[in-house]
Amino acid sequence: MIHYAEKNTAISGIGQSQIERKPTMLPFELAVRACEQAIADAGLRPEDIDGAACWPPVPAGAVTGIGAAGIADISNSLNLKLNWWSGADSAAQLSPIMEAVAAIAAGYATHVLCWRALGERSAPSYTTSGGGGWVPTGGMEWMVPYQAPSASIWIACHASTHMTRYGITREQLGAIAINQRRNAGLNPKAIYRDPITMDDYLTARMVTTPFSLLDCDVPCNGTTAVIVSRLDAARDLRNPPIVLEAMGARSHNKMGSWLGRTDYPHQAMHDAAAAMWTRTDLTTKHVDSAHIYDGFSWLVLSWLEALGFCAEGESGAFVEGGSRIALEGELPMNTNGGQLSEGRMHGLGHLYEAMLQLRGLAGERQLKKELNVSLVANGGGDVAGALLLRRDG
Amino acid sequence: MADHPKRAFPAITQANHHFWCGGKDGSLHILRCGDCGHWIHPYAARCPACRSAEIAPQPVSGRATVVGFTVNHQQWQPDFEVPYVVAIVELEEQSDIRLMTNMPRTPIEDVKVGMPVKVCFEQHGEIFCPLFEAA
Ligand SMILES: [Zn+2]
Repeated sequence: MIHYAEKNTAISGIGQSQIERKPTMLPFELAVRACEQAIADAGLRPEDIDGAACWPPVPAGAVTGIGAAGIADISNSLNLKLNWWSGADSAAQLSPIMEAVAAIAAGYATHVLCWRALGERSAPSYTTSGGGGWVPTGGMEWMVPYQAPSASIWIACHASTHMTRYGITREQLGAIAINQRRNAGLNPKAIYRDPITMDDYLTARMVTTPFSLLDCDVPCNGTTAVIVSRLDAARDLRNPPIVLEAMGARSHNKMGSWLGRTDYPHQAMHDAAAAMWTRTDLTTKHVDSAHIYDGFSWLVLSWLEALGFCAEGESGAFVEGGSRIALEGELPMNTNGGQLSEGRMHGLGHLYEAMLQLRGLAGERQLKKELNVSLVANGGGDVAGALLLRRDG
Repeated sequence: MADHPKRAFPAITQANHHFWCGGKDGSLHILRCGDCGHWIHPYAARCPACRSAEIAPQPVSGRATVVGFTVNHQQWQPDFEVPYVVAIVELEEQSDIRLMTNMPRTPIEDVKVGMPVKVCFEQHGEIFCPLFEAA
């Protein structure tokens, strides 16, 4: 097989702050704590970190929730000596990981600190900030003027096309939220932990059809951080490395457009999934746990089809009843409760949970079977990245 | 002027003027390749079908089909009157010329995937915002 650079890298350390619905401190402080934790977990010191990547690279002082710590903020707080850094967008929420792989392959860095810092609960909401002042650019230009300031609306349109075409029901969609809430009950860090029934699901307040509140993730403050290391260097550290088996991101169809693809309602995730599978001999059958982006519940259905866990149009039947995706099921999914219940840690939360499961550190929700391979899939609309992790050796 | 919501419009530039302001003459305008006839949206400097640089706005029929929609209930802005429909329509001329839109002139319960619609406009100063209604 051709040499793919990600197979020569591993995740050597992980860290995550508390996940806050009600802020108790600056989101920036949470970010620094998560980074310190990841470095210590790897058995490294800040002076060993020679690369850094985060996405989006929003500075700590910005009045927006989508980022809470830029590269310079973290570098200066930890007194890092960086030889390389990136705030680029290449694989959606997994961009820092993909960037780190490239930097390590190029010889620019050995240990890259990656993070995703959220401060949504400390920023003005759409309503209080008066979105009338928003002058949309790029892909937003074609959506925001239509009373559509939220991704819930954009993705709901995709969901409508897909669910209508294949006769997928809200009961099928509901299995995702209900199963994840059950998992969150076993996760002390999750924001929402009380179980929900199908009746709760079907009667929840509608946000934008077919999404009710229970189909939408929960904005929060918090940061996840990981260290991506060159594999030989990772093997000398304190944890068994978790190898990046394959990583994919592609944009082959109307880049930047949420609705212009020739194969709408397919999204960038269909390109990313295909790209990932070209870089490994593993298949869906080898995946022991799946950690799939759930900013909105329906994105999970779309990813399941994009990744080939089921055929086009069959994802509703795949998740129906929830047993297949439960902790005891054949494809345990979003075992931490996902963004729908744990909180919107925006992608790297999925990666963190995959790492906990592969290391056997997921506490009460630890899967009972032996795990070798976990999948992390992130993104929706015009951005996406997919990653397969496996135990070393 | 009709009562309508405040909309967050983009800055009007040479690249998007035909779309946001072209409705003044009653038609929706979309960029088209002068060499092969391919329709292009959003803006590109070369035709993706034949790589020609001969691209200019042309009126389209305004006829389209709803391919997906959502009924929004969330009060994102104080002056948005909920519920309202946000729809995706495909233009008759070319299926991947897909627009997000609102359908304020069509009763919500009448909106269906697959329904034929036609363009209409809502004026905001120099901007004629393209909207759609049941055909
Ligand atoms: Zn052409």
